[in-house]
Amino acid sequence: MSTKRLHNFWTKWRWECLLVLLIVVVAFVNARASNYFLNSTNLLRMTSDFIEIGILILPMTFIIVTGNIDLSIASTLALSASLMGYLFMSGWNIWLAAGVALLVSICAGLLNGVLIARLKLPALVVTLGTLSFYRGLAYALLGDQAARGYPPEFTYLGQGTIGSTRIPFALLIFIVLALAFGLVLHKTRFGRYLYAIGNNKDASRYAGVPVDRILITIYVLSSVVAALAGFILAARFGSTRPDIGLGLELSVITITVLGGVSIFGGSGTLVGVVLALILVAILRFGMGLMNLQGQVQDIVIGMLLIVSILLPTLIERFRHTWHWQPRMLWQSLAALLVLVLFISFFFWSRSLILFR
Amino acid sequence: MSASMPVFVMQEVSKAFGGVQALQNVHCEIYSGEVHAILGENGAGKSTLIKIMTGVYQPDSGSMQLEGRPVVFNNTREAQEHGIVAIYQEPSLFPDLDIAENIFVGRQPVRWGIVDWQRMYADAQALLERLGLKLDPRTKARELSVAQQQIVEIARALSMQAKVLIMDEPTSSLTLGEVEDLFAIVRQLRAAGTAIVFISHRLEELFTLADRVTALRDGRYVATRMMSEVQTSDLIRMMVGRTLDELFPKQMVEPGEVLLEVEGLSLPGTFTDVSFQLRRGEILGMAGLVGAGRTNVARALFGIEPASSGRIRIAGREVRIESPQQAMALGIGYVPEDRKLHGLVLELGIDHNISLPILERFSPRGWINTRSETEAARHSAQQLEVKMASVAQPVGQLSGGNQQKVVLAKWLGTQPQILILDEPTRGIDVGTKAAVHALMSELAAQGMAILMISSELPEVLGMSDRIVVMREGRVAGIFEREGATQELLMAAATGAR
Repeated sequence: MSTKRLHNFWTKWRWECLLVLLIVVVAFVNARASNYFLNSTNLLRMTSDFIEIGILILPMTFIIVTGNIDLSIASTLALSASLMGYLFMSGWNIWLAAGVALLVSICAGLLNGVLIARLKLPALVVTLGTLSFYRGLAYALLGDQAARGYPPEFTYLGQGTIGSTRIPFALLIFIVLALAFGLVLHKTRFGRYLYAIGNNKDASRYAGVPVDRILITIYVLSSVVAALAGFILAARFGSTRPDIGLGLELSVITITVLGGVSIFGGSGTLVGVVLALILVAILRFGMGLMNLQGQVQDIVIGMLLIVSILLPTLIERFRHTWHWQPRMLWQSLAALLVLVLFISFFFWSRSLILFR
Repeated sequence: MSASMPVFVMQEVSKAFGGVQALQNVHCEIYSGEVHAILGENGAGKSTLIKIMTGVYQPDSGSMQLEGRPVVFNNTREAQEHGIVAIYQEPSLFPDLDIAENIFVGRQPVRWGIVDWQRMYADAQALLERLGLKLDPRTKARELSVAQQQIVEIARALSMQAKVLIMDEPTSSLTLGEVEDLFAIVRQLRAAGTAIVFISHRLEELFTLADRVTALRDGRYVATRMMSEVQTSDLIRMMVGRTLDELFPKQMVEPGEVLLEVEGLSLPGTFTDVSFQLRRGEILGMAGLVGAGRTNVARALFGIEPASSGRIRIAGREVRIESPQQAMALGIGYVPEDRKLHGLVLELGIDHNISLPILERFSPRGWINTRSETEAARHSAQQLEVKMASVAQPVGQLSGGNQQKVVLAKWLGTQPQILILDEPTRGIDVGTKAAVHALMSELAAQGMAILMISSELPEVLGMSDRIVVMREGRVAGIFEREGATQELLMAAATGAR
């Protein structure tokens, strides 16, 4: 009985277990490599670099679970932050400006959602279009200048800490949101519908699932959360430039996929995605402590993503076909090559200290 | 017609898929210069026969001879190299290639290792002229009508020096004039000595075109006759001629009041002016050929693809149904034709599939009460005797019959007053089939109104209280249980007199 339960636990949480293992390994290596890693001040400060990404992966998980994608989140983030900054510079109250920006972000999400759900256009193309469109609007609003001079009660959103502790206020927002999104995805009817749609949209429709309404809802949710992330980011910087959060969508999608959410939809857990966020965060933080350039960090993260997708596919193949096929030789070699590259980059990035 | 030797012979050919015997000891002789019709109900084995002829499938046993020599086709390419080519109901041209490229795709004339475009267009032009198609071979395929695309397919067959040309329901999407043109080409090919295997559900076409006819029934050979010696009634008897067995445990119930009334329902391009009534406790069978619009009517009633005009009344009250949610709220359940595509989410567990349409019941405030959900799902799965490892087992792992039971459990869970069953026993084993029929009977006896779409005439005749026959999107006739015969239904479905 207990072995069966263990087996069930393993089949359900396999990916999450692997992520935890990786986190432990990376943390261990980081701790050996730098004395500054296991330092609560540093660790807490590091979190603020990942709050916005962390917030954005939550609705992205919803969207990818349904088998769709939203490439426009970083642009929506920039649009809301820029609109807020623009209105603030024109003399509006900061909260009123943020409120209007939030309304505009709802419209941005509605546009995405309606084009995808009602007009049945492919999500990749629609959000690729609005990625340019919304970013363009941000530039149109602010041009090459920056909005600045936000009042302290606003910058508290990105810079403040809770009471006398060193815990960033934004971290609290993330934790609350992550809990809420996790509960909705795994415990409610809405969450169940997301998985049903991601696995078989037609069968869901035939079963009376309001597919269109749900898709529109998650795209609006995505944009609202993007606006919130935009406010936090602007508050952290104390200013808004129209290129704010440029390229963030790629990190967000990377982490979501690394967290075990199938890019084809229908599977994955929010726990896995949050674990992937932690993994990427401490990986980058560790490399940052080693003064590694951003490009090398990108190489390592990229390798990690490919390995994470290649290995499970290969293992699945082995499980299904027990006999060896010539095709699998090349796949294994490719996996091995990427794995070796990843490991060598990973240790090279720390070699200065590791093998001294 | 040469009486000497057939160009293509199939002897004692058998083919099984899993446990289903699709063809059993079928034989067939085709002569050069004849149009040979193959006749049979849906599922009689016609398409399997064609696919064996063209090398798509390999027979389990039996042999084939081409011009007296035994042949084996491992794939369609080998069959084509021997001059056996098929064209299908829906042309399969590459829409963005032009006519000449489509004719010679994969076999382009080559000079010095590169494609000889000049010769290719000249050859294509010659073929088109021979078939009387006045078109530039540089025209893209997507600009052609269905009829023109079919002629391009014939040109492709000719360019392969086809000895046997198989045409699988080529006329089903053509207009009357186009059919005439196609027949003229077929007669011309026949005169030139090509053997033509022709499949059509329109019996009158066979009388105008075919020389001989071979009938199949339940995967077995029935007879081969000269068309000049038979009449429509003979053809229908050859096709159906079987007896009802005890597969259909029908309980006779006195039907109650009219529950569903459909009047003048139309959706342009799919069905026109469909009217019928469905009573409480009644099983209304819906027969017709594939493509007659039966499934479209069901989809319209369930709000998936709503009708554009006409009235639907439920218990005397006129209703509008524009989404599955609305249909479900009105007490309609729909077991779709394709359970893998529309009936089930294969990756999800049995429990989650059964609860999907009634999830609100387990989550009044949004939070799912998984315990009551699982219990309810387990209960309904056990009631229908679904064989499962656990109630959380993904339905994709179940057999076809068990999957169908899960779909039924799912829809019975919604407690519908009107249940639409679209091909409820397709592709499932005999045991489950009988169980499904018994269940239908019982539900009707409890007062449920059932609309059953089926392409299996014995099933329609065995289970229905009344039968609606559809043909080409229209109601071709409504028959009472007493007095309905396979011959009558078939005649109505095919439009034969």
